Amino acid sequence: MKRLAKVVQQQTRTLFLLCISLLAVSACTTPRGTGDMGVVIERATGSIQVVETTHRTTLAKVEGLGDLSHASVVYSRDARYAYIFGRDGGLTKVDILSGQITKRVMQSGNSIGGAVSQDGKLIAVSNYKPGGVKVFNAATLELVANIPAVYGEASQQSKTVGLVDAPGQRFVFSLYDAGEIWLVDFSQGNMPQITRYKNIGKLPYDGLITPDGRYYIAGLFGEDGLALLDLWHPEKGVKRILNDYGRGKQKLPVYKMPHLEGWAMTEDYAFLPAVGRYEVLVANRRDWKLTKSIEVHGQPVFVMAQPGGRQIWVSFAHPRNDVVQVIDTESMQVIKTLTPGKAVLHMEFTPRGEQVWISARDSNEVSVYDTRTFERLKTLPMDKPSGIFFTDRAHRIGL
Amino acid sequence: MARVMLGLGLFAWLLVATAAELSQQRRDELHNLLLQDCGSCHGMTMKGGLGPALTPKDLQNKDREMLIVTILQGRHGTPMPPWSTMLSRNEVEWLVDQLYEGVTP
Repeated sequence: MKRLAKVVQQQTRTLFLLCISLLAVSACTTPRGTGDMGVVIERATGSIQVVETTHRTTLAKVEGLGDLSHASVVYSRDARYAYIFGRDGGLTKVDILSGQITKRVMQSGNSIGGAVSQDGKLIAVSNYKPGGVKVFNAATLELVANIPAVYGEASQQSKTVGLVDAPGQRFVFSLYDAGEIWLVDFSQGNMPQITRYKNIGKLPYDGLITPDGRYYIAGLFGEDGLALLDLWHPEKGVKRILNDYGRGKQKLPVYKMPHLEGWAMTEDYAFLPAVGRYEVLVANRRDWKLTKSIEVHGQPVFVMAQPGGRQIWVSFAHPRNDVVQVIDTESMQVIKTLTPGKAVLHMEFTPRGEQVWISARDSNEVSVYDTRTFERLKTLPMDKPSGIFFTDRAHRIGL
Repeated sequence: MARVMLGLGLFAWLLVATAAELSQQRRDELHNLLLQDCGSCHGMTMKGGLGPALTPKDLQNKDREMLIVTILQGRHGTPMPPWSTMLSRNEVEWLVDQLYEGVTP
């Protein structure tokens, strides 16, 4: 007993010394919240950097996450754990406070993104190969449900895209090859009720849910227009909106597919990336009619509203991707053109919108801008950075 | 014999000429394009994504000229865009040969 006490004492002393030496970086410091934290994907090295936006620093680097090209992240409802969806089918749960991998599973051969359920208990992953959605226990990453996206007489499996969470413990996604939207309801337990909407349009390539969680919208690569599902009235089916939105008659090549997630919505308007054209389109949210187009620097990829809705920040496709433009939503004019670095991939606002973090992949850096003065506040070195994900996503529908 | 030598010499010269047209810097840029931009749809390990897989195994029975034309002109009805606006035929040939050999980061 005495000996044990001594061992414990020794261990405590060692831990104490360790804490002193690691004081600046480790979990030994006073407990902290995660509200100002986030992660940045380093796509080429399969790693992430855990960052904080108060002092704009890196807290930890986590490695061993596989192929992170086109990786995305959702958070646990306590905003402590980041779930990272890799291209190679890897699903990794990272404790951002300790900077450690908590659990990692290879759940498919090829995946594209995921979502967390309304109650935070389920993690859904959208897969290309085998095509479908798998749903996991958020605590343990054990498989809860497998939903193959089977379609057609030959029972092929479609790639799935645009997976989001929706209120009512539901998930919504689109079937790229089949041209369908599926609404999957987990409110009655782990055997989901699936509603299939067929013939919603050709080649849906991405989807979004409006920030209020009411409308799911799928973008169509194969034809013009968008497919809209009202989740307050799913019985009314999918309808087509913005019929003149898309590539139009003179189809221009698209060098990077515009992302739908993060589509900018202000109270009256939705700001959408034109497909192939150097324009940001403005649609009236009441009747979903296009009202205006704003000429911009290149083919827009991300069109994102600053929290508060005063500004829209736009990034562009290869090869015009060294520029970011800012649109004032009142005058609907481009008010600023910035050059954050080579191959800008993603932008993320701090929750109240005073800063925006911008990743420049080929410059190997993330830049932080003040959204009021447009001053570059800081540049952080990163290895081929792509997606940036702050923890406020934990508390937002569809993110 | 002289003719064969001449032929070989010419062949060697052609090889050198094609390769020489791409500077090391340009090759690095193209390699980056292949990994990062092509990789957006085909995966950074070329195992596929929204676009098909392009590993040496997947391409072993695919015609070289068909691949070159697909990259230059794009593929109608799919998201694959034509790259002839940004890349020369010579550069596309180099990219295709990289794919046949296998792309490593």
